[in-house]
Amino acid sequence: MIRVLLPAHLKVLANIGGEIEVEPEGAPTIVSVIGAIEERYPALRGTMLHHGTRTRRAMVRFYACNTDLSHEDPTSVLPDAVANGSEPLLIIGAIAGG
Amino acid sequence: MSAVRVLAGTRKGAFILQADAKRDRWKIEGPLFPGWEIYHMTGSPADPQRLYASQCSSWFGQVMQRSDDGGRTWRTVNNEFTYAGTPGTHQWFDGTARPWEFKRVWHIEPSPTNPDVLYAGVEDAALFRSDDGGESWRELDALRTSSTGSTWHPGAGGLCLHTIIVDPTDAQRIYVAISAAGAFRTDDGGATWRPINQGLHSEYIPDPNAEVGHCVHRLAMHPAKPQVLFMQKHWDVMRSDNGGDRWHEISGNLPTDFGFAIDVHAHEPETIYVVPITSDREHFPLDGALRVYRSKSGGNEWEALTKGLPQEHCYVNVLRDAMAVDRLDSCGIYFGTTGGQIYASSDSGDSWTAIARDLPPVLSVEVQTLE
Repeated sequence: MIRVLLPAHLKVLANIGGEIEVEPEGAPTIVSVIGAIEERYPALRGTMLHHGTRTRRAMVRFYACNTDLSHEDPTSVLPDAVANGSEPLLIIGAIAGG
Repeated sequence: MSAVRVLAGTRKGAFILQADAKRDRWKIEGPLFPGWEIYHMTGSPADPQRLYASQCSSWFGQVMQRSDDGGRTWRTVNNEFTYAGTPGTHQWFDGTARPWEFKRVWHIEPSPTNPDVLYAGVEDAALFRSDDGGESWRELDALRTSSTGSTWHPGAGGLCLHTIIVDPTDAQRIYVAISAAGAFRTDDGGATWRPINQGLHSEYIPDPNAEVGHCVHRLAMHPAKPQVLFMQKHWDVMRSDNGGDRWHEISGNLPTDFGFAIDVHAHEPETIYVVPITSDREHFPLDGALRVYRSKSGGNEWEALTKGLPQEHCYVNVLRDAMAVDRLDSCGIYFGTTGGQIYASSDSGDSWTAIARDLPPVLSVEVQTLE
């Protein structure tokens, strides 16, 4: 079971209260976890990864275990602590503006 | 008793303002979708309870919303806008070729007769159609892949398809406008398109009379005279009496003919409204005085409408999709500003009242007349 924390805008969009849990098939990756999120919450389709290319939206970031995974291959397997549920995957709206 | 519903899209959410036919007391609901940009929210002429909204964000992209109960509840519909085939390229500001890339939906145009049929005008410029109430979209790609598409280039606001008009007497005839490419028309439901920019003159492009490249800001039509089109161009207010085949200037005595919004009175096809803006360098009203100009003669002869509008220290803008009219006997005119005001007139523009004052910058205003 993968624990995921979503940014506030996406929680409102999908009517989600707090942390969610998803169980993607196979070894968890950014792409498979977000695919599982989108399957359960269709309102979130395309809001984190682009449709088609499944590449990260420029102002969405992925953190886990105090590490920025945003620039990692989104199809690479997530850290064990995320995979076994001891740490959440944090999906963040990048701090931008001024 | 009749009622009026004003649908306002803003930089930070959507608002619904409602009043009875007297239009003297307004109930404001919102923000809907707080924190998101609502480029456009509109209703189906065939089913006023069916609303659509374009919700977007620099972070999370495009979301499309639909309501089947007049805006009380909403649900997301399909937000996947995929260009047909291999998208190809258009021109970028520096003259290089740039691949087409979807950014956002600027304008939603429901069919006059079927609430499940709607069009979406998007950036980078393309036209999409849904036949199932937004559950799926397909591009009418002949517009973009036509002979001129690769030469289109963005204006300062982006390469956006911002105006869609479906001829109420012939659903196969559709007009669109793109900044900064110009106006285009199909007579076969989108299978083929042609530029309709003859008569436009734009000093800011290498050939001022070019077939495409004109920065058209907005088109308007009265349903009783579908052959007559009005245009607010970057500079110049224009008119066509033959479905866009040829345009002529009707700026007449306007104090400046730069602007964004243009609309037509609900019952008088020759009465039109614009909001002159100082210039392309100064996107605010001339002399700090917010004035709507009305022509009752289809152009050229204009009168300033000022009663109830700020006549000093006003430096807001009125964007292209931010003016609309209702269909009550005494026609109501509405417009929103980048300062967050929505002004309304219930007497065809003779006098104005702010029905909302402190909203986020207003991107679009639509009006539904409810029976």
